Amino acid sequence: MAEATLRDVASTASHRPDAVASAGKPFSVKHMPGFILVACIVFVLLYMPVILLVVFSFNEGESLAVWKGLSLKWYMAAAANDDIQEASLRSLFIAIIAAALSTTAATMAAIATTRVKPFRGMMPAYGLINMPLMVPEIVTAVALLITFAWVKEATQYFGIGYILAAHTAFCIPFAYLPIRARLESMDLTLERAAADLYATPWQAFRRVTLPLLWPGIMAGMMLAFVISLDDVVITEFVKSAGQETLPTYMLGQLRRSVTPEINAIATVFFILSVAMVTLFYFLNRRK
Amino acid sequence: MTVAQDLSAAGLTGNEESQAARVAREAERRDARKRWLLLLPSVIIILAAAIGPLFVMVVISFLTKGSYGWAYMPWSTDGWFSVLWEIDIFDDTVSLADAHLAVFWRSLKLSIITTGLTLLLGLPTAYFIATRPERHRDIWLFLITIPFWTNQLIRTFAVQELLRADGVFNNIMLVLRFDKIFAALGIPVQLPVQMLFTDFAIGFGMTYVFLPLMVLPIYASIEKLDFRLVEAGYDLYANKWRVFWRVILPLIKPGVIAGSILVFIPSLGAYVIPRVLGGGKNLMIGNLIELQFGQGRNWPLGAALAITLMVAVMIALLFYVRNAGGAKGGAHG
Repeated sequence: MAEATLRDVASTASHRPDAVASAGKPFSVKHMPGFILVACIVFVLLYMPVILLVVFSFNEGESLAVWKGLSLKWYMAAAANDDIQEASLRSLFIAIIAAALSTTAATMAAIATTRVKPFRGMMPAYGLINMPLMVPEIVTAVALLITFAWVKEATQYFGIGYILAAHTAFCIPFAYLPIRARLESMDLTLERAAADLYATPWQAFRRVTLPLLWPGIMAGMMLAFVISLDDVVITEFVKSAGQETLPTYMLGQLRRSVTPEINAIATVFFILSVAMVTLFYFLNRRK
Repeated sequence: MTVAQDLSAAGLTGNEESQAARVAREAERRDARKRWLLLLPSVIIILAAAIGPLFVMVVISFLTKGSYGWAYMPWSTDGWFSVLWEIDIFDDTVSLADAHLAVFWRSLKLSIITTGLTLLLGLPTAYFIATRPERHRDIWLFLITIPFWTNQLIRTFAVQELLRADGVFNNIMLVLRFDKIFAALGIPVQLPVQMLFTDFAIGFGMTYVFLPLMVLPIYASIEKLDFRLVEAGYDLYANKWRVFWRVILPLIKPGVIAGSILVFIPSLGAYVIPRVLGGGKNLMIGNLIELQFGQGRNWPLGAALAITLMVAVMIALLFYVRNAGGAKGGAHG
C-alpha cells in the first residue's frame, strides 16, 4: 500500500493534487489502457454526424454529400416554405402551452409530495406521475390513437386540443423531476419563520417558497418545452389531418427526396435545443 | 394556532392522550386533503392522456377487428391469437406466424447488440470522464448530455447521411481504397457498400442515439468508486486487466446494470430509428404495431402487440429495480 501511495503521490505531485491518469510513463492507479482512445472515438462519433448535418445545411448545391460552396440558399427556401412556417408556429404554440400547463401541474404535485410524512395515496400518485417515463412511447402513442379516435368520433371535435393534452401529460414527469429535486434541497425553516411572523400560508408560499423554488420551476419548464418540441411519435399518432408539427413534417419529408432544406430546419432546431439545454445546465449549476 | 389552543384545552380535561391524538389526526387529515387537491391536476391529465388510454387499449385487444380499422363487439381473442399464430386462409391450418417471429427476433437481437455496443463504448467513456480533474468533469458530462437532449429524429437523420451510398462512410472507404482490401481478403463486397436500410444501419443508429443513456449511470457509479481499493489490488500484484475485472467491474455493477436496462428498454420499443434507417422493410416491434393501425387495419392485433411490448419492458424494469434500485433514471424513447 505504502509503496503504491508513494508512487501515486510522486506521479501526481508535479501536477495539481487532483490530477490523474496522464497516460504517460509514471504508473497511475486510475489509468486504464485503451480507455482514453475509446472515449475519443465516442466523442468524435457523437459529434461528427451532427456537425456534418450543420455544415451541409450551408451547401450551395443540392447534394448532401458533395460540397459546392457556402450559401444560405436552403435557409431562405425553408423560411419561404409555407408548410414549414405553419408547422414551426404550430410546434412552438404546442410547446409553449404544454410547457406552461405541465409545469404548473408538476409544481403543485411536487409541493404535495415533498417534505411530508407519506400520506395515504401519495406513493400511488407518485408512481402514476412517473409512469409515462416507463411506458414505451409507441405504446402510449397507439393507446392515444385508439382512445382519441373514439373521442373524436363521439364529440366531432378534431382540434389541436388532443395534441396539447397528450404533450402536457408526457411533459409532467420531466417538469416534475427538477422541481422536486429543488424542493427536497430546501428545508422548512424559512417557511416556519414566515408563519411565526404571522404570514398567511399563501403569503408564505408567494414570498418565501416560490422565489426559492423558481430556478427549479424554470428548469422544469425548459425541459418540458424541449421534450414537447422534440416529440415525433406521439404527435404522429394523435394529430388530425393538417396538424403537422415540425418533427412530423420532417419525418414525412424523409420518405421523399431529401434536400439540404431539411438540414437547414434541423440546424435551427438543433441550435434552439442546445441553447435551451445550456440555459438549463447553468440554472441547475447554481444550486 | 387553533391546534395549540385545542391541545391546551385537551390538557385541562384530563384525557389529553386521546384528545390530542384526535386533534393531531384531524390536522393531518386536513393536510392530506390539501395535498391531494394539489396532486389532482397532474393525476387527471396523466390518467386522461397517458395512462388511462392503456386500459382502453387492453379492452380493444379483446374485441373483433373491423374491416376498415376500429374494433367492435363481440369479445374475441383473435387479436391475441395472431400475435404468435396465423390461420391459413385456404385450409384453416394453424401455424406459427413466421413474419411476426422474425420481427420479434430482430427487435431482441438488435436491442441486445445495441446494449452490448453501448456498454463497450460507454464504459471506457464514463471511466474517462470520471477520472478527469473535478473542474473538467462537468464540461465532459455536458458534452455527453447535449446530443441526449437534441431531437432524436435529427440525430437519426444525421446517421442516415453518414451511411448513404454517397455518404461519408462510403467516401472514406473509397478514398482509403477499401475495394482493394475487400478484394485481397476475398470479401465479395462492392463499393459503395449498401449500409442504409439494413439491420446494421438500425443497430448503428440505436447505438449512436442511446449511448448517453449508458454513459450517465456508469459515470455515477465510477465517480463514487473508492480508488484505494484499486490501489490495494495493485499492491497485491494484480495487473491492470485483473484489477479491472476483479475490483472495478464488481464495484460499478449497479451502474452497468442501470445503463444496460436504460438502453435496452428504448431499443426494444424503438420506432423512429428503424422507420428511418430500416427503410420500411426491416421492421421492429414498434413498426409492426404501427402497421396494424395503418395498412394492416387490425386494431386488436396492434393493441395486443403493444401490450406484449409493454409487458416485456415492465419485466426489464422489474429486473432493474431488483438489481440496481436506488440509481435514478428514466427511459423516454
